[in-house]
Amino acid sequence: MKNKKWIILYSLLAAGILLAIYLYLTANTRGQPTFALRLRSQRLLPFIFVGTASATATIIFQTMTQNVILTPSIIGLESLYIFLQTAGLFFLGTEHWLTTDARLNFIFSLLMMAIASVLLFGLFFKIQPGNLYLILAVGIIMGTLFSSLTQFLQVIIDPNEYDQLFARTVASFNRVEISLTLLSIMVILPVLIYLYSERNRLDVLHLGNPAASSLGIEVDRYQLVLFLMVSLLTAAATALVGPISFLGFIGAHIAYRLFGTYRHTVLLTGASLITILFILVGQLLVEHLFKLRVTLGVIIQFVGGIYFLLILLREGRGVHD
Amino acid sequence: MIDVHGLTKSYENKKVVNQVSLLIKKGTFTACIGPNGAGKSTLLEMLGRLVPYDEGHIYFEGDELRTVTRSTLATRLSVLKQSSQLSVGLTVRELVSFGRFPYTKGKLTPHCQAVINRSLAYLNMTDMQDRRLDTLSGGQFQRAMIAMVLSQDTDYILLDEPLNNLDMHHGVQMMQTLQNLVQDLGKTVVLVVHDINFAASYADRIIAMKDGYLFASGTTNEVITESVLSELYEMDLDIIEKDGVKYCFHYK
Repeated sequence: MKNKKWIILYSLLAAGILLAIYLYLTANTRGQPTFALRLRSQRLLPFIFVGTASATATIIFQTMTQNVILTPSIIGLESLYIFLQTAGLFFLGTEHWLTTDARLNFIFSLLMMAIASVLLFGLFFKIQPGNLYLILAVGIIMGTLFSSLTQFLQVIIDPNEYDQLFARTVASFNRVEISLTLLSIMVILPVLIYLYSERNRLDVLHLGNPAASSLGIEVDRYQLVLFLMVSLLTAAATALVGPISFLGFIGAHIAYRLFGTYRHTVLLTGASLITILFILVGQLLVEHLFKLRVTLGVIIQFVGGIYFLLILLREGRGVHD
Repeated sequence: MIDVHGLTKSYENKKVVNQVSLLIKKGTFTACIGPNGAGKSTLLEMLGRLVPYDEGHIYFEGDELRTVTRSTLATRLSVLKQSSQLSVGLTVRELVSFGRFPYTKGKLTPHCQAVINRSLAYLNMTDMQDRRLDTLSGGQFQRAMIAMVLSQDTDYILLDEPLNNLDMHHGVQMMQTLQNLVQDLGKTVVLVVHDINFAASYADRIIAMKDGYLFASGTTNEVITESVLSELYEMDLDIIEKDGVKYCFHYK
């Protein structure tokens, strides 16, 4: 009976995505359908992979921390990304390859974020094994530090450079290049395949660390691996389109409610579909309703922020029931 | 057989388990008793390899426990800590199915289904198998967790205060169930328990811990005596005997 409900939900979501893709590709072509089609179809891949990466990272992160109101953004990778962009522009100027060459910028940002998370987790894994929340706390502090440094630099930066910076540090699918998309897929796809192959083991983590250990999972080491996978997904998605903290959060929570299961196979697939649909609808709004005057990032933060508050209120009420 | 030599564990310079050596024979029912903060739960966690030990050795069936991989251990020894409700929505049957994970990594074979059915029946939970965990009472939840441990089908079962949340009736039922596991299925059960009389009535052997040290260990008759218990808990108590079982009176 449950399976039937899931299949219906999948079908509805898939139909919604197909409809949104059709609308996205054909709306307002201004008599240039082939040109629009070529331009717009290039953006479909980033929609799909960023949506899947973001939803997957959020669900895995929430499972490993056993906390459904956390998002991977609290480990500070997005703040680090914005800081790198700001500092690069501020110290090296607009002519440096870090600003002019999007591909090198992508690789550099991705590497720095990956190194930062390996250092953060690797260090703690040595000193304080098993103390996941301490790592998260340090992540929050580092994130705040980078945000503050960024703010400081942005206050004294040249206004022209700031314009350029703003375009880079607010999530947007408008400027995505196909070569960057392929690079990020090379990072995201293997991680997704690995995580899907781990779906049953991930389910066991729901029982809590002692029970998962008793069932044969080396929990500390497993959390290290999962943390790195979540970091890679977040880093690749961020380097491609900018900070998207709430995006996966929305998809994950709608999936929890709609599918009502603990199974990662169902949750990961469902949340990815929901997130992709959300991006498509959001981008349709951005391009056709708002005529590119706002970016998807703004919509994500707006809708996501409201949704996050609703979840907080609901969780808070649940305690008193 | 679990053979423990000089086991020591410190938390922030305080030795919570100190130079403990003991032997747990296969096919026995052992109860671990002692005052609060004596190190009972930590000892059990080390035996179940949930926390590492600082000094000493545990030989599990002849192998140093540290060298046994966790996935192998999970098919031979299970350990259940006191746990509160889970945050995730599972039915009783789904929870119990997790016990088969060490064998089939998530796929359930017909043999698994048979073991799951047997475990549910053993704890009288067959009628409740489709209920969600968050609709269960504390006692029912506790029994569902034990059913999961049972479906893990290991020779050794370690339980940390399994009688918590159970009323008298279900407490007795739980102890009888555990005793049956030992007597009928040849399992080895070690449990931490606060109620001395439950330990005295059902266990074959008793381990008494105090301040991290092994205070006494032996057969139930050897440990359940006035002199041992009054020193262990630092209070006066009486031992009376009825139908060959010793009981401890400690309410006044």
